[in-house]
This record gives sequence, C-alpha cells and structure tokens, in this order.
Amino acid sequence: MTSLMGQPTADGRFGDFGGRFLPESLIPACAELEAAFTAAWADPGFHAEYESLLHHYGGRPTPVTECRNLSARLGVRVLLKREDLAHTGSHKINNVIGQALLAQRMGKTRLIAETGAGQHGVATATAAALLGFECRIYMGEVDTARQALNVFRMELLGAEVVPVASGSRTLKDAINETLREWVATVGATHYCLGSVMGPHPYPWMVREFQRIVGTEAQAQCRELLGGADPDVVVACVGGGSNAAGTFAGFVDTGARLVGVEPAGGAAIGRGIPGVVHGSKSYLLQDEHGQVMEAHSLSAGLDYPGVGPEHAHLSATGRVSYHPAGDEEVLDAFSLLARTEGIIPALEPAHALAWVIRAAGTDELPPGCTVMVTLSGRGDKDVAQVAALFEERGGSRKDPLLSPRG
Amino acid sequence: MIPPRRIETTLRARRDAGHKLLVPYVTGGLGPDWARVVEAVAAAGADAVEIGIPFSDPVMDGPVIQAASQQALASGATPGSILAELAQVDVDVPLVVMTYYNIVFRAGHRRFARSLVEQGVSGAIVPDLPLVELDGWGRAADDAGVETVLLVAPNTPDATLAEICARSHGWVYGVAVMGVTGVRASLASSAAVLGRRLKAATDKPVLLGVGVSTPEQAVEATADADGVIVGSALVRRLLEGCGPDGAAEFVASLRTGLDQR
Ligand SMILES: Cc1ncc(COP(=O)(O)O)c(C=O)c1O
Repeated sequence: MTSLMGQPTADGRFGDFGGRFLPESLIPACAELEAAFTAAWADPGFHAEYESLLHHYGGRPTPVTECRNLSARLGVRVLLKREDLAHTGSHKINNVIGQALLAQRMGKTRLIAETGAGQHGVATATAAALLGFECRIYMGEVDTARQALNVFRMELLGAEVVPVASGSRTLKDAINETLREWVATVGATHYCLGSVMGPHPYPWMVREFQRIVGTEAQAQCRELLGGADPDVVVACVGGGSNAAGTFAGFVDTGARLVGVEPAGGAAIGRGIPGVVHGSKSYLLQDEHGQVMEAHSLSAGLDYPGVGPEHAHLSATGRVSYHPAGDEEVLDAFSLLARTEGIIPALEPAHALAWVIRAAGTDELPPGCTVMVTLSGRGDKDVAQVAALFEERGGSRKDPLLSPRG
Repeated sequence: MIPPRRIETTLRARRDAGHKLLVPYVTGGLGPDWARVVEAVAAAGADAVEIGIPFSDPVMDGPVIQAASQQALASGATPGSILAELAQVDVDVPLVVMTYYNIVFRAGHRRFARSLVEQGVSGAIVPDLPLVELDGWGRAADDAGVETVLLVAPNTPDATLAEICARSHGWVYGVAVMGVTGVRASLASSAAVLGRRLKAATDKPVLLGVGVSTPEQAVEATADADGVIVGSALVRRLLEGCGPDGAAEFVASLRTGLDQR
C-alpha cells in the first residue's frame, strides 16, 4: 500500500492534483530542483546539516504544551505544538532552512520569495543573512501596509522588499510577481516558495521540510499521553504547509485530521478544481475561470488557492476541512492570550477558533484530546488586532459567554 | 468552416514565397473598438493575429499586458464575449487566441476547442501549459482541428526543443528572451541563438516573440527566424489611445521594415 503523504507520482501528482503548469522557461529549473532535492533528501549528510541548523539556530525541537486552563474551560484536553517558539516566530523557518541549504548545494547565490503576512519573508531574509545569499522579497501592497513591522524586519535583515501593486495586491499577486522575476533570473536565483503549493517539486519538498513538525509532535504527544495519540489533530490552512507538516506525522495514526481555512478564503470548502501558480488544486474562481480574491483578516491565509496535496487529502476523506470566520478568530486570539498567556498569530487562531466552536459537540466530544499546531506567534498581529478591537468598540467580551453561532 | 491546418499552411506558403511573417498581439476586450483593431492590423500587413483572452493572473506577462488584461476584465470582457466578437471580425488572415490554462480548463478542453472552431479561431497559445502538461488540451485541440502553438524558451534543452517542434502546430513560438512580455530597448542576444536552434530543428514556421518592439528589432530577429510576434509595443500604444488607425500605422511600419530588409 502506498501510504498517503508519501512521494507524489513522477509527474508531481497527488491523486488528480498537482503538476507543473508553468511557462516552458521555468520547466528546466523545476526539473533541476527536483533532482537536487531528491538527491539531498536521500543524503544523510544533508539531513544532519538541516537538523543541526534547526536545532542550534532554529531552536528545535519546539515543545508541546498542555493548556490546562483552556482545557478546563472547553471540556476537552488541548495540546499545542509550539511553532511560535521557533526562531523568527513561526514554522516558516523549517522550510526556509531546508531550501536555503539546498540552494547552496545547487550553487545559487540569490533567494527570492513571496510573502503574505511577512513571516515567510522574514524567515527567508533570515536564512539569507545567515548563509550569505542576496535576497529579494515580493509582498502585496495591502500586506506591506498591514504588516509594516515585518517589512522593517526584512529590511533590517538585509533583504530588499518589493511592494506589489498588481491585481488584489496580496499574496497571490506577490507569487505572480516572484514567478515573473524568476523567469528572468532563473540561472543564479532560487525561488524559495513559502508553502506546499506551486509546481512540482515544491508541494512535496516543502511538506518534507515541514514534516519535522509532525514527527516531533507525534512523539511528544505519545510521551504526554502515555503512548496514545491525540483523538484529533488540527492546523490552519493557507497554502497549507504547517498543516501538511503536522499531518505527515499523524496520517498513519488513528487521529482524526482537521484543516481550518479562513471563511473568506476557503479554497477547499468553496472552491472548485483549477490551475494557478503552477499546480492544479481547489481554487476560488468565477464561472469563467478568473481567480477570485480571498478575504481574510489574516494576511497569511489570504489566498484563493490551496496546496494540491490538501485537495487530495480532502478528496480521499482522510482530512476534513472547516472554515473559521474573522470574528471567532479574534475571540480565539484573545482567549488563548488570557487563559494561557500565549498570544497566537492570527493564522493558527483559526485552528483554535474551530476547536472552541467544536468543543463539546460530536466533532470534539467532552474529554477527548486535541492537538493544535500553533504555527506562529502573534507579535506581528497585535497592532492590527488593536485597531480591529478599537473599530469594534473596546476590548473583547469573554468569548465563552457570547452566544454560540 | 476553417480549412484544416490553416495557420501552418498560410504561414508556410508566405514564408516559402520569401516573405517575413508578422503576428501582432491584441488584448481582447481592451476598449470598445478592439475588434476594429484586429481588422485594422490584419489589413495593415499581419499574416495572422493573436488575440489575448485576459486572465486574472497572467504570469507570463509584464506590466503592459497586465494592465491591458486588468482593464479588459474590469470592463466586463469574458472568454465568451471575446470569442463572440471575434466571430464577427472581417479579416482574411488566421486568428489565434492566447490565454492561460485555467480559462481553458474551466471551460473544459473539448468545449473550449469547439467554441474556438465555431467562432472562426484557428489556433491557441497557452503559455502556462508546457509540453509535460499538454496531453488533455493537446488531444482535444487536435481532435477539433485547433492548432496549438507551443513555446520554446532559450533554456529549453535540445531534446525537449525537438519534441516541442514536432508537437507544435501553426508555427513554433520561440520566446526570444528569458523573461516575461514587455517592451525592451534592444533585442536580447538569446533571440538569434534560439532562432538558429529552432530553424535547425524544424521546417515549420519559426517565429520569435517577447521583447520584439520595433521595426529594427523585428528585422534583426528575422535574420534567424521566419517572423516575429509583436505584443507589448502594440498594446502600449492601444493603452495610450492610438485606436485602430494608430495600430494600423504601427503594424504597417513593422511590415515595411520587414519587407525592405
Ligand atoms: C504563523 C503562520 N501560520 C500559517 C501561515 C499559513 O501558511 P501555511 O498554510 O503554509 O502554513 C502563515 C503564513 O504566512 C503564518 O505566518
């Protein structure tokens, strides 16, 4: 039996999804990258280098934290995989360290990347500073405004940040612009893509570089739970990299797997199959095939597509995907801060919002154990959230006392 | 009814008669008179006309064609409305649409191919559908008699280049530069190299496009190729409001340059 979340087919397919839908000029670069990654990932020396950097520099392993206060309030046992404690504040560093080491092996001298919330851009700029790459980050103008602090961070780290004014001026347009540049500079430049999307081999490679999240979490949960696995494992899904890395560690266990999409960018929940940014997956699009804009308060999830492997995991039924709306996300953001002293990023606050909503229902029966990947910390979001609270008239009331929808 | 292999037959005949080939690109739905622009450039000496069906996320296009696409979409252009207008244009050269794969995929391969044939369009160019992903559309297009023009890049390996030449219909499209569409001050040195590689590999008409912007560049490019595709330089004039007459004037200047070479 080929396990789910193994290697894709030679043409980069996960079931019906994936592929390499790009201009011919980029096909040789994808083939070169696939060969380089395949060789590196089979090389114990590369693994050792990658793991050593993530340990000594990146702060891994990140802990799994049991949330006693939140668990008591929700009536289910909540564990958090603490990617917020990784260097640069999110899981993005895992992928970036992997790709930067690979780019070094390939003799590239320059990294380019798209970013939404800025977390991937910061992680890429960080790896570039550490390993001596030139670095340019493309970021939609809407996002440079709402994540201004991250723009400054990237510049501080020596990266050039290029605001993108085309289209919806968010993550999808930043990807378009990075691809356009890559066509022109492909020789010396590696495109350090930030999630499990894009053309083959990116969805596979990025998932493998994030697998460390799930591998660690699975062992840590067993230790905490006396050898048992959590009943449910939850992660937020933008492109889907923290979710893919998490699920990879649990796909062969009995845990139910849940991905949480933003209600305004639910590619799996409300999209249909389509092709953009190099792969076939679920996509928010109109009847003519024009890609629609996503709308989420979280810049990191503001994307109308989703990684192709998630489309496949959904089609096979192994993972179920649910939406979370902006209001309940803000409630979850506040609740975790107040009960556990942890300020989450808005992205994983989506996963928490689903847990809060589902706790006590058939989805998460009383007494069950749920592990949530806390993919990043909320420092980058506090200014935006402060403004949103202001708009909504003061601070939040206790979300558990507000009526359930 | 369009005769089979109309593009290739037309272009071959003209090339074999010693004529350099010229294919202007016009963004479909750009301004109320874009269909008149198609007629005007055809009358001004085009050997075929390429019509862009705008897509929301055109990764192969630079700022000029991006802006034109956005403007056309904002004014309500759809693949269906553009094809319906194309059915009405009065030209005696073949028409080719250029669009991105999601537009084709969303419509359905067979439905899209059929609608091209029904509206009098002979061929299609889908720049984000490389040879490795061509299958589904390629078969549907062949079955319907739509000529799919394939692109070759300066970095395409020889073996792939040969396969693309064999599989391309209408002509073989050499992407003259490593980059996206746009006006450039000079012709990239990769153009001549690619032109020669393609001419050595195939007897099909070889046209170079992307970054061919002026009559001088067109002449330079056709030293190593059978013809050129000119997009951004024309679309930029259209965005500036040159209208059908200005478009005709520009295409005529390209034609004159190529004929006097
Ligand atoms: C903290 C955090 N979580 C999640 C995401 C979404 O990405 P993915 O779905 O690839 O994990 C982002 C993206 O910026 C992020 O910063």
